[in-house]
Amino acid sequence: MKVELVGIHKSFGPVHANRGITLTLEPGTIHGLLGENGAGKTTLMKCLSGYQTPDSGTIAVDGERVSFSSPDEAIRRGIGMLHQDPLDFPQMRVLDNLMLGQGQRLRPDWRWGRQMLKELGARFQFDLDPDAEVAKLTVGERQQLEILRLLALGVKTIILDEPTTGISAPQKVRLFETLRQLAADEGYAIVFVSHKLEDVEQLCQRVTVLRQGAVTGEVEMPCSLDYLVELMFGRGLPTIECPLVEPGAAVLDLDGVTIPSYRLTVADVGIQVRAGEVIGLAGLEGSGQRLFLRACAGLERVSSGCIRIDSREMTAAPYRRFLEAGIAYVPASRMEEGLVPGLNLTEHFALADRQGPFFVDWSASRRQAEARIREYNIVGEPATFVESLSGGNQQRALLALLRSGLRLLFLEHPTRGLDVDSANWIWQQLLARREEGTAILFISADLDELLERADRIVVFSGGAMSAPLAACDTSVEELGYLIAGKAEARETRAGETRDGKARDVVVDVWNPGHPQN
Amino acid sequence: MESRAPAKLTNILLGLVAPLVLALAFTTLILVAVGASPWEAYWNILLGAFESPEKIADVLAACVPLTLCGVGMCITFTAGQWNVGVEGQIILGAIFATWVALNLDLPQASMLAAMLLAGMLGGALWGALAGLLKAFGRVHEIFGGLGLNYVAQSLSIWLIFNPWKPADGATMSGTDPFPDAAWMPKLAHLRVAPLAVIIALVAVGVVAFLLRGTRWGLELKAMGKNFRSASLIGVPATWRMLTAFAACGALAGLAGAIRCSARYGRMIPDISGGQGYLALLLALLVAYRPLWVPFVALFFAAVGVGSPRLELNMHLDSALGGVIRAAVVLAVMMVGGWRALFARRRGQKALAAGPPTATEGEVA
Amino acid sequence: METSFLVQTLASVVASSTPVVLASIGETISEKSGVTNLSLDGSIALSAMTGFAVAFLTGSVWLGMGAAMLVGALVASIVAYASISLGLEQVAVGFVLTMLCADLADFLGNDFVRKPGPTMPHAPVPFLSEIPILGPILFNHSWVVYISILAVAASWWWIYKTQPGLKLRGVGERPESAFARGVDVKAVRYLYTALGGALVGLAGASYSLSIKLGWSHGHTSGIGWIALAIVIFGGWHPGRVLGGSYLFGLLKALGSILQRNPAFSSVPTQVFSSAPFALMIFALLLVHNEGVDRLLALLPARLGRQLDRAIRGRPPAALGKTFTQD
Repeated sequence: MKVELVGIHKSFGPVHANRGITLTLEPGTIHGLLGENGAGKTTLMKCLSGYQTPDSGTIAVDGERVSFSSPDEAIRRGIGMLHQDPLDFPQMRVLDNLMLGQGQRLRPDWRWGRQMLKELGARFQFDLDPDAEVAKLTVGERQQLEILRLLALGVKTIILDEPTTGISAPQKVRLFETLRQLAADEGYAIVFVSHKLEDVEQLCQRVTVLRQGAVTGEVEMPCSLDYLVELMFGRGLPTIECPLVEPGAAVLDLDGVTIPSYRLTVADVGIQVRAGEVIGLAGLEGSGQRLFLRACAGLERVSSGCIRIDSREMTAAPYRRFLEAGIAYVPASRMEEGLVPGLNLTEHFALADRQGPFFVDWSASRRQAEARIREYNIVGEPATFVESLSGGNQQRALLALLRSGLRLLFLEHPTRGLDVDSANWIWQQLLARREEGTAILFISADLDELLERADRIVVFSGGAMSAPLAACDTSVEELGYLIAGKAEARETRAGETRDGKARDVVVDVWNPGHPQN
Repeated sequence: MESRAPAKLTNILLGLVAPLVLALAFTTLILVAVGASPWEAYWNILLGAFESPEKIADVLAACVPLTLCGVGMCITFTAGQWNVGVEGQIILGAIFATWVALNLDLPQASMLAAMLLAGMLGGALWGALAGLLKAFGRVHEIFGGLGLNYVAQSLSIWLIFNPWKPADGATMSGTDPFPDAAWMPKLAHLRVAPLAVIIALVAVGVVAFLLRGTRWGLELKAMGKNFRSASLIGVPATWRMLTAFAACGALAGLAGAIRCSARYGRMIPDISGGQGYLALLLALLVAYRPLWVPFVALFFAAVGVGSPRLELNMHLDSALGGVIRAAVVLAVMMVGGWRALFARRRGQKALAAGPPTATEGEVA
Repeated sequence: METSFLVQTLASVVASSTPVVLASIGETISEKSGVTNLSLDGSIALSAMTGFAVAFLTGSVWLGMGAAMLVGALVASIVAYASISLGLEQVAVGFVLTMLCADLADFLGNDFVRKPGPTMPHAPVPFLSEIPILGPILFNHSWVVYISILAVAASWWWIYKTQPGLKLRGVGERPESAFARGVDVKAVRYLYTALGGALVGLAGASYSLSIKLGWSHGHTSGIGWIALAIVIFGGWHPGRVLGGSYLFGLLKALGSILQRNPAFSSVPTQVFSSAPFALMIFALLLVHNEGVDRLLALLPARLGRQLDRAIRGRPPAALGKTFTQD
């Protein structure tokens, strides 16, 4: 079954997620789809598998043009997708999940289902208990179930979206064997969507690389990984002077901290952050940096290790105490976690002023709001509801709500979705806080931003945190490698540092745990 | 980008008049179905509420507990909570006030003050209990509230039939009448206590001020709209929720105390009389705005006082009043829903048609 | 004789619990699809009145039952429409409707108050009602009682043993996944809410045409709320819901027995009538408590899991949430 996508365009409002993408999937191959978060991979695959309809372009199966208005139709035509978070029913049993939607009979053929699970399970060495509750399965097992379900439905093209995030190493080995078996022995077409170079290198025969919605290249494997990284991230931009960092006292001290969560455990990490320092957290979404940042702010429980702010023990303290110790957390999801829809700007400022009077002086608050609006160049009035602000202005508002004299400032994606000028301006404000001794830790997906703004950078991949790298000693390529999870420590690598000199960079990568400089 | 546009005429028309028309159309249909003249029925209700000074006084008196509970519910709704336990809070307020009336011997001014304060305390405690059940027992607030209502009811009945039973035997008419000092003074021969009305109006002002003019009110509003964002900003959301429940309970308890003192002059088994549920309807109707409460309370009270006339003159059940009230609330909700639906559809069409505006935004 | 008193009591419990059984199972079905129909109490009152009125006017009990079911389905559909198509809060709409329907029932039923009317014929099952003990308890009732038990059995079979039942559960648990498998989520919710509403309507009819004959003000007061509590107590499982309903009936019977006992003469009747309600609602507290969580964690894994499944139930994960197909 040959699948061809030609000239696929898809936009969500002003965002052009897929720009004229053309792709061919041959039966019996494993085709990799590589790119950063936000490159448009998932959107494209959703168009192919019937979850979205493309704005323009064509999809053809075996030469016949098709269009799907629902995922169900796509499955009937033989194309199925395994989502990163499988679309299953956690509160129901494995067997129920398999049988829901299978067949036309009134009474589901449970015996057939059990038989299927046993047979297919044996073939691919999956071990699924039909009566187990799906919520209790690991992510890897849920994936296995979904693959089995798609196979049982007669799907011939299987799309897997970031399947290796959150599964154990043995499960990954088994998954890869399964995929190879399906492709080579049984002629299935597999699309492997990922950002992980190592996995793509191991598994795929052809790779298409997306960047910012367009195809930057299509290669046959094996291929130079350097080239793939370049296709994924682009070349580095103008270099900047390595700034002088005045070391201050240690503000934040983590030692041997482990943060558990359903999908991922960030294990045994540590870092020391000094006053006035800017630390960038790199890594693709779901790699653990958000978990880490939240734990530093007291929003996540740690299961071991200790956290100290200004030498005060904060490990099991409630969020309230963290706030009192002088931190502020600026989330990326502005409407869900940062701002309160339904409240206007004045109300937000009054609310954020924790030391304010009991009886709110609205005229004073409004004046303060006006001042902050001017100061932060927010396009809006004191009486504007925050949900009416544009994304960029919401971000400015979030920053404007921060008080001065903070010890630690945690930011998730501070300039996401902003144009260059706004981003620069925001960084001006943020860096000005360094002079007050505020240390800044920020997550960013923009490598250039990380290199330009941070003093040191740590990279997260699959829950592991790299040793901090001095920003002026590293490069886009190196960061790209680390982010893409290339686990082997490469001795030396040719590269360019930020000040343009060619030099050999010694990389000692995954050394999590104990604080280093 | 402007905030809420000033209330234009069309907004008011759509928001108020359309639902009223819809609701009355429904009730007219019902009346026609039972073979009664709709105009006669509405006229009877109006007369029943306003035909004489006595009736008007009754309406005002009925407004009081509705207003108190209504503004109380505005507090809990602002905090995003369903305080279904209002009935129980009224009862506990009445119980505490009755204890004061039957056990303390004070001159009138002090007695009344003590009763009202006791009522507020009782209601506040009962409200806080519902909040605690939700915060620490994870009991769904509706069932917690209902359960506490039943307990309060049983408690009040047991008290009336045992420690507080009248000397000549326990009956469903309640306790012995309170001593004179515990009766709220009435206006001439009418059944309304001006003090009660004043208290209710003051409460409206106080609650409106608390919600709009204090940090506490702002924090409640924030946590009601987005619990997570509010917590992140630093609002101690759980504690605020408890205070909201307690505050509403205090107002409900005050209503209970007033009902004992001003209306019945004793404690009766059904002291809450469904006022709590009515106040819920009221709060839903005014979309949690305290300053509108007295007006809607007037409407509800008028319908409530006027409806019994239907039984006398037309042999129709006075429940029509309840039908009118609930129909108006339902109509307001549905009309609101339809307007939002059309706005969404219009917005979607605009989005599909218009060119991309800014260059920002995230890729799905 | 001791046994015959016990048998009689149990038989009357089965009969008098019928409305609660029907209402609870109807609500269970509706909530399984993700819609909470809080208008239960008012809906039961309105359909009870309608059922009685129609039966009175036409002389046919069956027509009355049919009319009641229609009314129940209609009210439930309003809740469904407001929630599914308008995105209004289910709880708010349900609450307003419950008051509307209760008052509407009182108003429209005015002419039928305390009028004697037709009742559901008594229908002992030929052979089975002769069996000692079980016979009188289960097989010596009117038709609604049998229908109620059959409804529970049928619901259980449909929900857990058929493909449409799987889809129903899927819609209530995770509508996005159901949609991905080709299920029309909105249609499913409309259908099962209306179906549940019809059963609620039948509950009302069974009240006024069989259990507490006729119509009066406040005739059916309270059983709607109890049904809602029983759905939660029963963990959204038809079998346990049936058990919970009978448990409630038993508590009520116990209450009236104790009431006659001289030791409790000082306690007024109202306490007895409202005690079962309070008890059920506080049973909810017990069942959904963190303390119970910790206790269960102490037990050996297998036993803990079994007990957990026996006394707990999770609500359908998508209950009360609107589903938007993008």
